Amino acid sequence: MSEGDHTHGPWADARLVAGLLAIDPGLGGAVLTARAGPVRNAWLHLYHAILNDDVVWRRIPPGVSDEALLGGIDLAATLKSGKAVERAGLLETIGTGVGVLPMAERAEAGLAGRLAVALDSPKPPVIVALDESAEPDEVVPEALSERLAFHIDLSSVALADLKFGGLELDPEILAMARMHLPHVLNGGAERALTAAALALGIDSLRAPIFALRAARAAAALDGRDEISADDVSLVARLILAPRATRLPTAEEEDQPEPEAPDEAEGAARADTPEGDSDDAPAPDDLTEITTEAAKTAIPPGLLAKLAAGASAPKSRGAGKAGAVQKDGVRGRPAGTRRGDVGQGRRLDVLATLRAAAPWGKARRKGLARFKPGPSVEVRTEDFRIKRFKQKAETETIFVVDASGSLALNRLAEAKGAVELMLAESYVRRDQVAVIAFRGKGAEMLLPPTRSLTRAKRSLAALPGGGGTPLAAAIDAAEAAAHAAKRQGRSVTLVFLTDGAANITREGEAGRERALAEARQAARQLRAAGHAAILVDVSKRGAEAARDMATDMGARYARLPNNNPGALADLALGAAA
Amino acid sequence: MTLPFPFPAIVGQEEMKQALLIACVEPRIGGVLVFGDRGTAKSTAVRALASLLPPIQTYEHCPYNSAPGTPSINGHDRNRGGEVTKATPVVDLPLGVTEDRVVGALDIEKALRKGEKAFEPGLLARANRGFLYIDEVNLLEDHIVDLLLDVAATGENVVERDGLSIRHPARFVLVGSGNPEEGELRPQLLDRFGLSVEVETPRDIEARIEVVRRRDAFERDPDAFCAEWEEPQAELRERIASAQARVNNLEASEEVLRKASELCLNLGADGLRGELTLIRAARARAALDGDERVEIKHLKAVAPSALRHRLRRDPLDEAGSSTRIERSLEEVFVA
Repeated sequence: MSEGDHTHGPWADARLVAGLLAIDPGLGGAVLTARAGPVRNAWLHLYHAILNDDVVWRRIPPGVSDEALLGGIDLAATLKSGKAVERAGLLETIGTGVGVLPMAERAEAGLAGRLAVALDSPKPPVIVALDESAEPDEVVPEALSERLAFHIDLSSVALADLKFGGLELDPEILAMARMHLPHVLNGGAERALTAAALALGIDSLRAPIFALRAARAAAALDGRDEISADDVSLVARLILAPRATRLPTAEEEDQPEPEAPDEAEGAARADTPEGDSDDAPAPDDLTEITTEAAKTAIPPGLLAKLAAGASAPKSRGAGKAGAVQKDGVRGRPAGTRRGDVGQGRRLDVLATLRAAAPWGKARRKGLARFKPGPSVEVRTEDFRIKRFKQKAETETIFVVDASGSLALNRLAEAKGAVELMLAESYVRRDQVAVIAFRGKGAEMLLPPTRSLTRAKRSLAALPGGGGTPLAAAIDAAEAAAHAAKRQGRSVTLVFLTDGAANITREGEAGRERALAEARQAARQLRAAGHAAILVDVSKRGAEAARDMATDMGARYARLPNNNPGALADLALGAAA
Repeated sequence: MTLPFPFPAIVGQEEMKQALLIACVEPRIGGVLVFGDRGTAKSTAVRALASLLPPIQTYEHCPYNSAPGTPSINGHDRNRGGEVTKATPVVDLPLGVTEDRVVGALDIEKALRKGEKAFEPGLLARANRGFLYIDEVNLLEDHIVDLLLDVAATGENVVERDGLSIRHPARFVLVGSGNPEEGELRPQLLDRFGLSVEVETPRDIEARIEVVRRRDAFERDPDAFCAEWEEPQAELRERIASAQARVNNLEASEEVLRKASELCLNLGADGLRGELTLIRAARARAALDGDERVEIKHLKAVAPSALRHRLRRDPLDEAGSSTRIERSLEEVFVA
């Protein structure tokens, strides 16, 4: 990517990001996507080196407890010394310095929330979130990534690239830029950046706000008094492009019309200057430059998806840290056990005292035995921890045969069942997913979700028709079920099929081979031990479906057609 | 300490602003739920509230923000310090918070070192007489949400754990926000929030630019920006204070009451809670408008926020709840 010209390319950009963050720490920080390795270390080292010596630099352990993060009493040290030992919270120590959060994609929602509050405070830290995600379901919690200006991907940087620096980042130059920063003028860049963000489908207004700030820092770094077109292109590439959710269209008309406003929103709109988008000025040149710059910088994977018309991957609110079921720190109390406090674990004071009581005076040495004093002495080994049980979430995965002529009906039925399940009040923390199979393979139409809003949107367009790749579908179902189990959910699979198959795993036609593969996949599924139901969707009940159910170890069921309610009941019955 | 972003400088989002102001004037409304996309000024609006409300008189070290002259709570009087003026508290409740931190727990240090059974107050105590803000309330564990709503409704935190038996006042306005794409709230919980608003990111480019401009101006020089907005800010403060003083003397006419019932019946909004909230909100709105009586226009203005989340959900009806309310408003007020 960076042959010949070393002033461009991901490494030069990454260096620049470090410089901009050093000039304006108010940019919040960066999400750094890269595996642990020399490239990532080189960036961290570079960033650390250009900061002033008095800037605090700390790692935030991914499983950091509330006490460690926010400060509190160090219990073990307190008991040992007999004096209250206060421990400063990590956030307090960091102050306006830098916190490096490794494995950010596994950070819990709670940690992300606390960091978000810190970032919103008047004296925010800089957070560098190291994203090492390997699987698509691992994302840095959005509450956090949203508040960090830069999202940089170092995975394509080669070791050889590191030798070339591009722009010079000298502490003296940076110090000058910092002094210069308050005097930089926007020069109308806010319009171009806001328009470009909108054209790229970026809803959040934090993006253009960050972009404007970063553009000023870039101008200051260059020693200019006003943001230039180059600065704007730069920040469009660095900040807007990674957040794009759609490709900008050439004409304004192509953009989706705002939905019909309800009464209150109408009032909100009337209040804004120039309520009508008709008399909005045509995007000027700068906007076009900006949008173009962002467009060329959209990461290739994302670009392919956007070009295919699919919506950008929606990240979840929280990373998944592998749900803790047995030894949870939340939920209903379930007895006590021996152990250390910390990591959010709660000391059971009564049980601890009970454990210490029998030792009483025996622990007091020598003459101390005869002195007045507390008759119970608590030692670390007496600590008893409260245990909690958390109810496991459930996930229902519908696997729908979308091949052939009946596809639309079946998909509509599955869609109805999904929406009913999500709408019902008792499906509280339960998730639903939909896999459809047709043509050459299986596709996750609706990734696991609890949101009715999202389900409605994802299932709005229902593809149908083509061959029946049953084996691929069973494989996909097993993978999804495995992923759900790993996250601590219990899984129910609901297959809507007639048991027929005519496409092999390789995507080739061939009834016999396809069926043999499907049955093999079914037996593997049974071995994995997931709860499954097979709903026979053939008109009169098919022997093949019954056999498939037996192979899967699934319950066999037949349902009246077009009855999403009955289907939802069946799935819920199995989950209960 | 730097000032928060001034409330009147928030562009658009009128429904959310109205709901929050109503909650300031009439805390009994039972909390505000704000659902919508990220980056739509939800957190900004809530954090801006503190500087709109008159500061409270309390003791310097009182963990419960008790008003001067009130008896001390749970033996925390010994060194609660002198009387001071503090800003109305706006307390953040982070996700993943443990029940201990919310309700308070046995003070372990005192228990182990002095053998004293002392209570360490939690976030509910700190939020007393102010606001409790939960971002991403839809991701909070159910048992914590239950607990919060319960305390918010009764105004008292009752602690029965670790051998402690303690109660303390916890009167606060609960403000929850979230993104419905990431999961929804159970209807049982939804219904217990007084008002519910849906915020959308502004689609109008000029409005968006104005947001960016103001936010940027604020970040560059918070003090100058706040000074610039001090006048509207002071006006709004005045409006809230006078509305607070007048709200309980405002009467709703027979006609308003009847129309409120009709509206709820027409929408099939369950329970009397909706009707009560509707009237209270309309009254607060009238007080904010400086009007002498509660009129139909006030009712209409608050109906979407007061009822949106109380409609029985029909997954097969594609029309959003806002549309249904609008339809119903037309039907009821056509006469």
